[in-house]
Amino acid sequence: MFKAGGRTLPACSLLLLKEIEFVKRRVLPGLPLSLGITLLYVGLIVVLPLGALVFKAASLGPEDYWRIVSSARAVASYRVTILAALGATAFNLVFGLALAWILVRYRFPGHRLVDAIVDLPFALPTAVAGIALTTLFAPNGWLGSLLGDLGIKVAYTPLGIMIAMSFTSLPFIVRTVQPVLEDLDPALEEAAQSLGGRDGAIFLRVILPLLAPALLAGLSLSFARSLGEFGAIIFIAGNQPFETEITALLAFIRLEEYDYQAAAAIASVLLVTAFVMLAATNLLQARALRYTARN
Amino acid sequence: MKRFLLVGAALAAFLASSVNSQSADKLLNASYDVARELFVQVNEAFVAAHPGVTIDQSHAGTSKQARAIVEGLEADVVTFNQVTDIAFLVKNGFVSEDWQNDFANKASPFYSLPSFLVRAGNPKNIKDWNDLVRDDVEVIFPNPKTSGNARYTYLAATAYAKEAFKDDPAKVAEFIDKLFDNVPVFDTGGRAATTTFVEREIGDVLITFESETTGIRKEFGEDKFEAVTPSVSLLAEFPVAIVDKVADQRGSRELAKAYLDFLYTPEGQKILAENGNRVNDPAVAAQFKDKFPEVRLVTVEDVFGGWDKIQEEHFASGALLDQVYGER
Repeated sequence: MFKAGGRTLPACSLLLLKEIEFVKRRVLPGLPLSLGITLLYVGLIVVLPLGALVFKAASLGPEDYWRIVSSARAVASYRVTILAALGATAFNLVFGLALAWILVRYRFPGHRLVDAIVDLPFALPTAVAGIALTTLFAPNGWLGSLLGDLGIKVAYTPLGIMIAMSFTSLPFIVRTVQPVLEDLDPALEEAAQSLGGRDGAIFLRVILPLLAPALLAGLSLSFARSLGEFGAIIFIAGNQPFETEITALLAFIRLEEYDYQAAAAIASVLLVTAFVMLAATNLLQARALRYTARN
Repeated sequence: MKRFLLVGAALAAFLASSVNSQSADKLLNASYDVARELFVQVNEAFVAAHPGVTIDQSHAGTSKQARAIVEGLEADVVTFNQVTDIAFLVKNGFVSEDWQNDFANKASPFYSLPSFLVRAGNPKNIKDWNDLVRDDVEVIFPNPKTSGNARYTYLAATAYAKEAFKDDPAKVAEFIDKLFDNVPVFDTGGRAATTTFVEREIGDVLITFESETTGIRKEFGEDKFEAVTPSVSLLAEFPVAIVDKVADQRGSRELAKAYLDFLYTPEGQKILAENGNRVNDPAVAAQFKDKFPEVRLVTVEDVFGGWDKIQEEHFASGALLDQVYGER
């Protein structure tokens, strides 16, 4: 109970008062100004370059466009890229979720160090990551030679592409799931346990539904990032057409031929794929949020 | 208000200083991927002769460099490894049409050729181009689509095959196809291919410019690698040009010309030769004779009828090179 204006109020109403005051006093000056700046920024930094890309691709006639984006080599590169991105995202789903869980629920020596290391793939130039991973996984590298003895080749195979992708996109899953896990009340699990739920069932039917929106967001970001990754991959992929050539490299190759239109056409396929996928997950996420709100 | 004035004054001073620095005591040389070490030495010698001058260098695939210049990179001079990329600058109005007459030897102060580097003792006994298509040989060179270096490799191999198979297109295509089948990794640039061969220990033979094979042996040990010069190869010109549009804008033409002229002086030619490049200066060439084995060099003009034709027949989208990839 708090004292306010000579009367005694319950704590929740004080919170309510505070909230109303917060809404009245805006932190940023002037909505029109801040909205204007934001929209201008989005326009200049995001929409304009992407618009230029679409414009360039659109300057091809529909027939030329279709011929370029549906050529056997381009289609093979979509297959390589999408399969590797799916693999990397699946890997990150399991490993990223486990990492977030451990970081939130346990305190161990070096906890904060691990927490900081998770962000490293964001900070590291991707080319550096690519060279480091190749050094590690090349047939004469530390891990590569061990795996080689088991008959597993990583560097210069699709597996290498997958590893480079999962390296650069791991933080997305950890960082989207972590805050939600932190807010998750352990009392829910305890309640489920006291009602006789088994561990597996509690995870699947209590925890997972609550994590689903965040997990979905992390997965889609991770997948989109993997689709577009270039720097880390070209060092570890063998860059063999039809086998380990990713779509971003094919666009780069067209650029090297001074064929801006073809490069834009191939890039537009990546763009549309990423956009459709992000839009779809946003939809799913909204539904999931409604579901949790109802329950 | 006062503060505004102060900031304004500071800004004006900054702008003035940046305009000053544009008065030509500074050059940017946009160059090819594997020329870093070479131009560090050239620049040192040039600056020693011209005190107070700064030469900045930028290295990348030359197609990328040409695109960067057209899109606004203020390079005063280019020292490329391909005529086609200067042609792109000509097309976009950055370099004058007759740039090849501005300096001697068609504006190419030095030359080189695609040559081989094998591991110590030459365990696979690789001597010439026909050894590269054997089933037991792995060959390393970068992607000809993204590397000028590898474009020469592709053309040299084609020139060899055209001679060996008396211009039979089917047999030439088969030879090139087999060669590409033996490449396990296509890196995007010459230096990346060197790393794959040297550091990752992949492949039996690296094909790159002769100058790069000299550099690798110097850097990683002469006892670890052997240079093998094939019986015939392609003359690779290293064209230089003043980027007129930038040089005129920045008032750096005089310095740019002095810089490129320096490459033709005995001192400049000596640095070039020391770095494994073949030069035309007779005295310097005689001095370094032992370093450069005899080799028969054919030219792009003789074998392929010039760069325009090559571009159209071999490197354009869907042309011969893409067909090699397509058959795999």
